[in-house]
Amino acid sequence: MSNIQQLEDLTTQVRRDILRMVHKVNSGHPGGSLGCAEFFVCLYKEIMETKDGFNMDGIGEDLFFLSNGHISPVYYSVLARTGYFPVEELNTFRLIDSRLQGHPTTHEGLPGIRIASGSLGQGMSVAIGAAETKKLNKDNHLVYSLHGDGELQEGQNWEAIMYAAGNKIDNLIATVDLNGQQIDGSTDNVLPMGNLKAKFEAFGWDVVEIEKGNTIEAILEGMAKAKSLSGNGKPICVLLKTVMGNGVDFMMHTHAWHGKAPNDEQLANGLAQNAETLGDY
Amino acid sequence: MKTYTNTGNKDTRSGFGAGLTELGQTNENVVALCADLTGSLKMDEFKENHPERFFQVGIAEANMIGIAAGMTIGGKIPFTGTFANFSTGRVYDQIRQSVAYSHKNVKICASHAGVTLGEDGATHQILEDIGLMKMLPGMTVINTCDYNQTKAATLSIAKHHGPVYLRFGRPKVPNFTPENGEFEIGKAVKLTEGNDVTIIATGHLVWEALEAAKALNENGISAEVINIHTIKPLDDKAILDSVSKTGCVVTAEEHNYLGGLGESVARVLALNKPTPQEFVATKDTFGESGTPAQLMEKYGLNSFAIQEAVKKVLKRK
Repeated sequence: MSNIQQLEDLTTQVRRDILRMVHKVNSGHPGGSLGCAEFFVCLYKEIMETKDGFNMDGIGEDLFFLSNGHISPVYYSVLARTGYFPVEELNTFRLIDSRLQGHPTTHEGLPGIRIASGSLGQGMSVAIGAAETKKLNKDNHLVYSLHGDGELQEGQNWEAIMYAAGNKIDNLIATVDLNGQQIDGSTDNVLPMGNLKAKFEAFGWDVVEIEKGNTIEAILEGMAKAKSLSGNGKPICVLLKTVMGNGVDFMMHTHAWHGKAPNDEQLANGLAQNAETLGDY
Repeated sequence: MKTYTNTGNKDTRSGFGAGLTELGQTNENVVALCADLTGSLKMDEFKENHPERFFQVGIAEANMIGIAAGMTIGGKIPFTGTFANFSTGRVYDQIRQSVAYSHKNVKICASHAGVTLGEDGATHQILEDIGLMKMLPGMTVINTCDYNQTKAATLSIAKHHGPVYLRFGRPKVPNFTPENGEFEIGKAVKLTEGNDVTIIATGHLVWEALEAAKALNENGISAEVINIHTIKPLDDKAILDSVSKTGCVVTAEEHNYLGGLGESVARVLALNKPTPQEFVATKDTFGESGTPAQLMEKYGLNSFAIQEAVKKVLKRK
């Protein structure tokens, strides 16, 4: 178990990684990545039970699927810093011949990744499939997934949401990153999502809301609650309210940094707000 | 000329169903998913025998493909079942990202392919699926010709690791390949020996090619009929060996001539041995309602159309 300060320190370092990765190649998605930094740190350091090393089948351990693959910088940083591959490899993000593709893929054999994602709306179905296989294998471990809120505009999600409730996929904890933003603006302006809690509940899911989705303690408490609801015949949805661009003041509360990299000056500013903790790669 | 006996008309989809039933008994990792077409896909027996390994997903094909991809993680071998149209075009991006690019061991099993679906008409008669699927890197594409071969192929693809598209159909057609025969993915089957022309056929057109060869033989034309059940990976050697002898080729398939078997054969020939070729296939058109036989005739997909194509290609030698 890590203490809160250790998790905070890792989060700060992950923010630096995200900024440096997207700055180096002048591309990538820092906004959503920063908004989910605390969540990924908590998930991989505290919440999930994982085995050492990487095995694609993941039998006897918890699994995670990232559906909104564009926030690959936070995924890669946390995977590297929890031992899935060398931290130095973050240097190769989005470069030719790299295992760290713009969006996550199994194609290059990067440890930690079990499905390609990027084309939106597919991850919940995949997570359900993995959860079904866990049940067939009598493997009591859980399947976690993360989805963007804008991503729920893809219809396949609602096929999956219906299926999961109808088939009692109660070993699945699907988290929605509720940052209220998407590429063209706020979700309310692009295509209003309405009351997601009511929608999931109407479909037969248990819903846990984490109001402070950028606060370590709140995430740990909310995810522990979600975990406690597993095995009760219902799939579990976590609505994680986050701030896009969290931890870098000029990137916060706007969709402007969804898919845009900082310039040299902005990078220096962002890094100054997040002093090095565990050492840069 | 070697001749083949029809042991009784049977639908290829029932061959799939029989294969799946056997897999249920012999391979505990095989699971089956269906999008509300269990009867049409002949999956009922598997469902009855192994309810815990059968997954009814409802009318939600995109979700079905995603679930199948996820189920491979942990060692299951998912077989998805729906019509060819809903197995490919409707879910192309799901197959592309979650199955093909992710290299998941999913078997996409597609019935009611081509115009021989009949009366339902063009909304359900896909003639573009071979092209769609063969363009996906790493995807194996199989189109079987009869009941026995479809059953054998179903058993065979369970042993192959990697994504597979298995295409078959609805109508009862002659059953003439050996019962419990071996099915080797990527290995063409030479059905008749001939010297004048090579007829390369796939799916329901294989029997039509044999009928054409018989009629041609009576007119003194010796045709070599090759059953290409695997369109990808294609058996280049079998094709080149045959055309080296005959010097011309007719390809025959229940599919658009754009993107189908014929174009794959043309590529092999263009690269290795440019050879006159005629295409028996639909000519960039949608299908329509009608009986299978009427449609095969109207769209130029029967033994008569193959004979005409042979006469044409012989003049180009």
